[in-house]
Amino acid sequence: MDLNFLEFEQPIAELEAKIGELRLLGDDAEINIQEEIERLEEKSRKLTESLFSALNPWQTSQLARHPLRPYTLDYIERIVDDFEGLHGDRAFADDQSIVSGIGRIDGRVVMIIGHQKGRDTKEKLKRNFGMPRPEGYRKALRMMETAERFKLPVLTFIDTPGAYPGIDAEERGQSEAIARNLREMAGLRTPIVATVIGEGGSGGALAIGVADKLMMLQYATYSVISPEGCASILWKSAEKAPQAAEAMAITSDKLKELGLIDGIVPEPLGGAHRDPDAMAANLKQSLIKSLDQLQGKSQDELLESRYQRLMSYGVFSEA
Amino acid sequence: MSWFDKLLPSVIRTEGSAKKAVPEGLWNKCPGCGAILYRAEMERNMDVCPKCGHHNRIGARRRLELFLDKESREEIAADLQAEDPLKFKDSKKYKDRLTAAQKATEEKDALIVMRGKLKGMDLVAAAFEFRFMGGSMGSVVGERFVRGANIALEKRIPYVCFSASGGARMQESLFSLFQMAKTSAVLKRMADKGVPFISVMTDPTMGGVSASLAMLGDVNVAEPGALIGFAGPRVIEQTVREKLPEGFQRSEFLLEHGAIDMIVPREQMRERLHNVLGILNHAAACS
Repeated sequence: MDLNFLEFEQPIAELEAKIGELRLLGDDAEINIQEEIERLEEKSRKLTESLFSALNPWQTSQLARHPLRPYTLDYIERIVDDFEGLHGDRAFADDQSIVSGIGRIDGRVVMIIGHQKGRDTKEKLKRNFGMPRPEGYRKALRMMETAERFKLPVLTFIDTPGAYPGIDAEERGQSEAIARNLREMAGLRTPIVATVIGEGGSGGALAIGVADKLMMLQYATYSVISPEGCASILWKSAEKAPQAAEAMAITSDKLKELGLIDGIVPEPLGGAHRDPDAMAANLKQSLIKSLDQLQGKSQDELLESRYQRLMSYGVFSEA
Repeated sequence: MSWFDKLLPSVIRTEGSAKKAVPEGLWNKCPGCGAILYRAEMERNMDVCPKCGHHNRIGARRRLELFLDKESREEIAADLQAEDPLKFKDSKKYKDRLTAAQKATEEKDALIVMRGKLKGMDLVAAAFEFRFMGGSMGSVVGERFVRGANIALEKRIPYVCFSASGGARMQESLFSLFQMAKTSAVLKRMADKGVPFISVMTDPTMGGVSASLAMLGDVNVAEPGALIGFAGPRVIEQTVREKLPEGFQRSEFLLEHGAIDMIVPREQMRERLHNVLGILNHAAACS
């Protein structure tokens, strides 16, 4: 089984394997295989289109966590010019599960803050699987305050299973670090654009997610708890994660429908990891559009509409 | 049964009648020290064990009754009622869980907010009802919290919130998560305007409630021995695969690590908070 393909993509994987074999035969084959390759490629594309037009939430959540999915630094590399990484919370450490820095996007100066996961085992450990400790959130807040001081819009990239549930994290005030970010982001005097690029895991995601514009990549997810976590509490079995994913409305289309996000950034066929360059181009376009929309607003206007939007969250009736 | 009782015909036996003379729940076992305690005595003692000082969990309405002056209490946003925007269903429907919780607690949702007085001082006080779906925060809890804060802002009177919650309510998914941002945003306004907010964390205060409104007090207070934290102890134990230290995530641990300002026993709550608020709110008192 090809690990680059998820379970539901196995039919595509088989076709792609066949295409690969034919290519290996190459020119010295007696028959003209070029036609056959083209036919199979067309078939593979059609199959991918049909599979991806009817993804269920559980499949989407697997895509959002795909091992090859582009992470924050992959996008920074492709989108940001003159990038300078900035580090540390000035109090305890430089949490590697959140990266940050300043740069330019098409000439617009920005502060960028994002969760960062690791690709191989060593980097995964270094990045703590994208699960920040309090010093990560405090670093993020320090960057936001710097951005406010120098009138840089803040762009955040959300991609985390959640804040780290560890002894040290609790000792250093995980709850307080998240809570303080929520409070300060509500009043930060500079535009904030948040984009969920992969996994939007609960409070650990929201802690860099209070924004004037909230976007999601097409196959990203955003939820109050992971499908596995929800399933093991409410269904008493983590195996019911597909049902939990369905019930919680975690996908971009559902959340757009519910009015909880502002827009969806389309992904290339088969997901962001199939064509990171194309994905980065779409993301760049979306960021530029958001930035230009927000730049027109006065600071008071910006803060008031951010506040009113936060206050509007929730569905209830009043008898 | 004695040999004499056995001789009596069954019709005139009074089996079990002695037990029935003691009504259910007259005696309680203290979860702290195991002492058997007379229920009425516990109640007189604000549900704190007179033997070991263990603070038992109490309901939201009782909490506010113990905290506020008897006169001029007025409930805020009592009419708010939860909706089911996701038509959420696990083994049970969310709607059914809500109905069951409402029946069991006689409350509409997990937060009660009241305007009232503390030793004559005007304020707004809120309390979580842990028995209502684990005190979980959904849309109604968030909105009630904000309505209370708005009155505090408008009247420039202090706001006190007693937390007891497992976190965000899963059945409203992202709507619940965003209540964290909503409640924190209104506290930003209060901080900017210099209207005091005191957060009192009671057993247990976890997850999304701890990581939003509960940790944002101008003064953070906890009751003795309360479990307070972001991740639950079981989740942490499974993640780090080591035994958690003694007293981990308890009030005393938080005080030692700098997360809270003070631990206040229940019987001193009115006195101490009145003192703190009198000092913080001196400007409002002068004007």
